[in-house]
Amino acid sequence: MVDLSVGLGFLRFKNPVLAASGTFGYGLEFKPFYDLGLLGGFVVKGLYLKPREGNRPPRLVETPSGLINSIGLQGIGVEAFCREVLPELAGLNTAVIVNVCGEEEDEYARVAEYLGRHQGLAALELNISCPNVREGGRCPAQNPEATYRTVKKVKQVTSLPLITKLSPNVTDITSVAQAAEEAGTEAISLINTLLAMAIDLETRKPRLGNIMGGLSGPAIKPIALRMVFQVARAVKVPVIGMGGIFTAEDALEFMMAGAAAVQVGTANFVDPDACLKIIRGLESWAEKHGINKISEITGSLRV
Amino acid sequence: MVIDRQARLVEVQSWNDYFLFTLESPEIATKAQPGQFLMIKVSESTQPLLRRPISLHNAEGPRLQIFFQIAGEGTRLLSQKKVGERLNLLGPLGQGFTIRPEFRGKEVFCVGGGRGLAPLYFLARELLRTGARPVIFYGGRTAADLPLQERLEKSGFEVLVSTDDGSAGFPGFVTSLVEETLKKRRPEFLYACGPDPMMEKLAEICRREKLAGEFSLEAIMGCGFGACWGCVKKIRRNGQEKYLKVCQDGPVFPHDEIIWQENDHG
Repeated sequence: MVDLSVGLGFLRFKNPVLAASGTFGYGLEFKPFYDLGLLGGFVVKGLYLKPREGNRPPRLVETPSGLINSIGLQGIGVEAFCREVLPELAGLNTAVIVNVCGEEEDEYARVAEYLGRHQGLAALELNISCPNVREGGRCPAQNPEATYRTVKKVKQVTSLPLITKLSPNVTDITSVAQAAEEAGTEAISLINTLLAMAIDLETRKPRLGNIMGGLSGPAIKPIALRMVFQVARAVKVPVIGMGGIFTAEDALEFMMAGAAAVQVGTANFVDPDACLKIIRGLESWAEKHGINKISEITGSLRV
Repeated sequence: MVIDRQARLVEVQSWNDYFLFTLESPEIATKAQPGQFLMIKVSESTQPLLRRPISLHNAEGPRLQIFFQIAGEGTRLLSQKKVGERLNLLGPLGQGFTIRPEFRGKEVFCVGGGRGLAPLYFLARELLRTGARPVIFYGGRTAADLPLQERLEKSGFEVLVSTDDGSAGFPGFVTSLVEETLKKRRPEFLYACGPDPMMEKLAEICRREKLAGEFSLEAIMGCGFGACWGCVKKIRRNGQEKYLKVCQDGPVFPHDEIIWQENDHG
């Protein structure tokens, strides 16, 4: 029997597999497929204070082993979420994490404060890295100072553990990770999607209504893995790795590179029970390799 | 909604780049309603990455049918599946067509353009079963784009066909055939599925004729079950305009709710 549980200091997950924000709806969408209590946890779609319309369609385009999206964080807003969805997520026996968004620093804090007044949440994930909601794909996570300020501000208004989600669209991701750590984040998750685009040759138009979008899927895995490796060496707080994880083997690579846990994103679209298959795969891999505790894998890379 | 990883392909019929598959998938087939769709895995590799949304053409007992045209890499791979192979299906998905009791004994129009005919066979059978009188309009670019004409006629439906090049039936767009027919006959309701320009024109005709109806939209989908918000179209509902999910709120919408200019980009 393999011990799949992992500790991130502030929180213990029953296994290292979480479903990633933006690919798991509000969680309820996956209830028909399996018992969500089998997950290490899941991160619900990003929430602002108010409902948000999202970007002009088309919002999706497939590229080789990848998917570019420009959803633009369409959603119901934090009030409707707490009123209508959160009660439905009670008693699932898994870690429910909310992805927190904001137009500016104040809004992040107000969303976090609002969520902090409700029961049932294990942590907040600070979304300072969405490439689809600001001009030119910009985001606070592209700047260590803006990252520091936003994390600090949110930490001041909530006692919930904070996971800061970083953007790969930077020159040096370690400096941003260190800024988040200095500001008091309990963990770091990475990577968000890579700013990308695709063109329709016949119409000469961008394939996305928003022109640019964020690339996810197996195509980005090597980049994500490299960044997780860099960040895990640069900070002391636990790292949650993601980016194109489709199999247990992918998840293990991220853990060896230094991730204490992983998030599974785009794979949820292809196989609604992808997370479950990865959890089972981790267990059988550990059994086969005589590993009693999956947490031993974290940072076990031989360099 | 279920995942059936073992749906057996029992029959394949094909006409050029059009395909009619019969699949054994008891759990999905018994739940399926006209207008709903499947998300089908076309590859076990990551290329192409996503499942493909394919509408349900028919469901009878433990079997279901899909009718599709090769439109890209995904449908090309799907078309290469052989009898006896197992397919990985997710379904049935979405909100299908509504059939009202007051249609009983009345004529209803079902208008399909090209591969858009796919969901209308299932719908027409259900309409017939509930006592309505479906009339199927089937439009294509050429006679070769009407592979299901014989199947529809053999099933006892009244079928009116049109071709853009005049090689079969009414010469011209299927929308013109509908307009001509409306001069003589007045249906209770109009269903449609086809390319956006066809449906936009039909919406205009329906508005002018004060004819209620439901149209089935097509969209690029990420998941098919409401998790990604990637397939939205702008819809006017209860006086508000917002992006609704084609996979979950649709794919079928009342024609007067669809805002076409917002959707022209795709």
